Amino acid sequence: MNIGTDIGLDYGPATRDAFGEALAEAGRHRLDLVVLDGDVANSTRTEYFAEEFPDRFFNVGIAESNLVGIAAGLAAFGKEVVVASFAAFLMCNAFDQLRMSVAYPRLNIKFVGSHYGINIGQDGPSQMGIEDMALARALPGFAVLCPADAPSTRKATDAMLDHEGPVYMRVGRPKFPIVYRDDFEYRIGKANLLRSGDDVTIIACGLMVACALVAAHQLAEEGIKAAVLDMHTVKPIDSEAIESAARHTGAIVTAEEHLLAGGMGAAVAQVVCRRYPVPVACVGLDDTYAESGDPEHLLTKYHLAPQDIAAAAQSVVNRKQHVST
Amino acid sequence: MQPSSPAQTQQRSADELRQISLNMSKQIIEITSEAGSGHPSSSLSAIDILTCLYLRPIMRYDPDRPEWPHRDRFVLSKGHAAPGLYVTMAHAGFFSQDLLPSLRKNDSPLEGHPNMRAVPGLESSAGSLGQGLSLGVGHALAGKMDHGDFHVYVMLGDGEVQEGQVWEAAMFAASHKLDNLTAIIDHNGYQQTNAVGKVMPALYPLPPKWQAFGWHVEEIDGHDISAILHTFEEPPETGGAPRMIIAHTLKGKGLSTFEEDAKSRKHGTAVKEDHVQAALDELQQQYQNQT
Ligand SMILES: Cc1ncc(C[n+]2csc(CCOP(=O)(O)OP(=O)(O)O)c2C)c(N)n1
Ligand SMILES: [Mg+2]
Repeated sequence: MNIGTDIGLDYGPATRDAFGEALAEAGRHRLDLVVLDGDVANSTRTEYFAEEFPDRFFNVGIAESNLVGIAAGLAAFGKEVVVASFAAFLMCNAFDQLRMSVAYPRLNIKFVGSHYGINIGQDGPSQMGIEDMALARALPGFAVLCPADAPSTRKATDAMLDHEGPVYMRVGRPKFPIVYRDDFEYRIGKANLLRSGDDVTIIACGLMVACALVAAHQLAEEGIKAAVLDMHTVKPIDSEAIESAARHTGAIVTAEEHLLAGGMGAAVAQVVCRRYPVPVACVGLDDTYAESGDPEHLLTKYHLAPQDIAAAAQSVVNRKQHVST
Repeated sequence: MQPSSPAQTQQRSADELRQISLNMSKQIIEITSEAGSGHPSSSLSAIDILTCLYLRPIMRYDPDRPEWPHRDRFVLSKGHAAPGLYVTMAHAGFFSQDLLPSLRKNDSPLEGHPNMRAVPGLESSAGSLGQGLSLGVGHALAGKMDHGDFHVYVMLGDGEVQEGQVWEAAMFAASHKLDNLTAIIDHNGYQQTNAVGKVMPALYPLPPKWQAFGWHVEEIDGHDISAILHTFEEPPETGGAPRMIIAHTLKGKGLSTFEEDAKSRKHGTAVKEDHVQAALDELQQQYQNQT
């Protein structure tokens, strides 16, 4: 991928790498931490933890429902548990176990799904997690995280482990551009403003944060000042930040690598409607699966590229003017 | 009146099949290398069985009429072996071999995992393990309901059978006497991160488990063309039971480029461009040693 290099973004490690490293590090001082994986530890990067702490790691095999069920038993006993698999297999294959054995009894388990979005490219739709956030959002009590880059994923992993209650975090396969260069704070439920602007706010998560920054540059060339808000926590959503963005810029675009149904954009739109209605446009997968191909080709073909975010921003800015006249 | 299938009219000899399997094995190495990703080792363990099913042919089908109702159905449950299936289907005439190098590329119907809406003749979309046996059971059940004369084949991975759904399907198939269903386990001994026996030792022994679930179980050498032909062409009387063929295979077909990874036989890793020729030579050598 090349996204963001034109505006000077450097590529860092994949967010799954950052998660895997942070998890292994956490294992050194969290002596009760147990990690379970479903035969994909070399993909999710829980293998780093597994190599260092073989006694606290279990490969449950290719059996995701059982994976989540066993985690629930361990957690009910009192163990601190992290579970990882592909986002698609974890959330889709084990959804009833997540609902019945984890969410309903409110067990404190951390779930990490890798290979989210269409940026995985060549492997195709069967491996792409594009409905995982909607499913996780639908689980009462769950927090849902989608960090943008490696530095914020490291912090998100620590924050997730510190959090009381079930969490789902999604991490990506390829190297992502780094959007957090300087020191920054990462708090679950608190969105980070990465760029200010008065005309429109682009609210993004995951890889789409870098795309939003590129879009903001493109918009600046057309005289539109776009703010970019990293909504790394999709649930509980930062309603304060959304309301203040709506008040300040009067127009909102959301961008996520996920189906539009039930994703981050839907959550943002709900807050905007409730608190301070302004025009909103949502960028995401519109009721479709993607296909195999080069990641950037797919982002363009399925309208998730920076230019699509910029076009959506244009449209809400136009609608805003229409509303105010 | 029952239309006949042209693919059935002439049978290829075991020697011809060995030659075809060699050519297709080479193509698997080449197209996954060209794509830069894919699952060549998982495709190579399955290729001799695919060769016999599609190119003897054991299965009845008509590539010009992929929807022909009397066709036998093949469901690839271990969808990541798509390159092996695509190469085989191209040789069977479902599409041109010229399409093979487009594997995994932009706008190609040959996606990383099978998409039945993109390729005529594909009976299932796959890539999430554990689901194919249930699909096969559905086809077989429909066959029983409508007095169909076709047979259903499902190929599973040996790691894949850790999924609970596989055993749910197994129970149902035996309960409903689906003797028009044959499942094949590509028993190559490895899954994604390790050997099957390391990940889940209690999965072994496989045969008594399937017997206990009401299946007629046979074990074969999944790279011995004559043995494969014999197994499929002289089906035993099973008394109504579905058939399970546990095929002992080699993940990566014993090629050194895969064997150097003792843990998982380079699961999901394409051969690097500069190693391709060596792998092709080794396949050729294997072929000459065996003939
Ligand atoms: C439900 C599900 N979980 C995990 C995966 C990731 N995965 C792809 S292939 C594979 C290993 C499969 O091993 P096996 O069934 O033995 O097939 P082989 O490649 O050895 O033929 C895994 C875990 C998947 N595709 N689907
Ligand atoms: Mg295997």
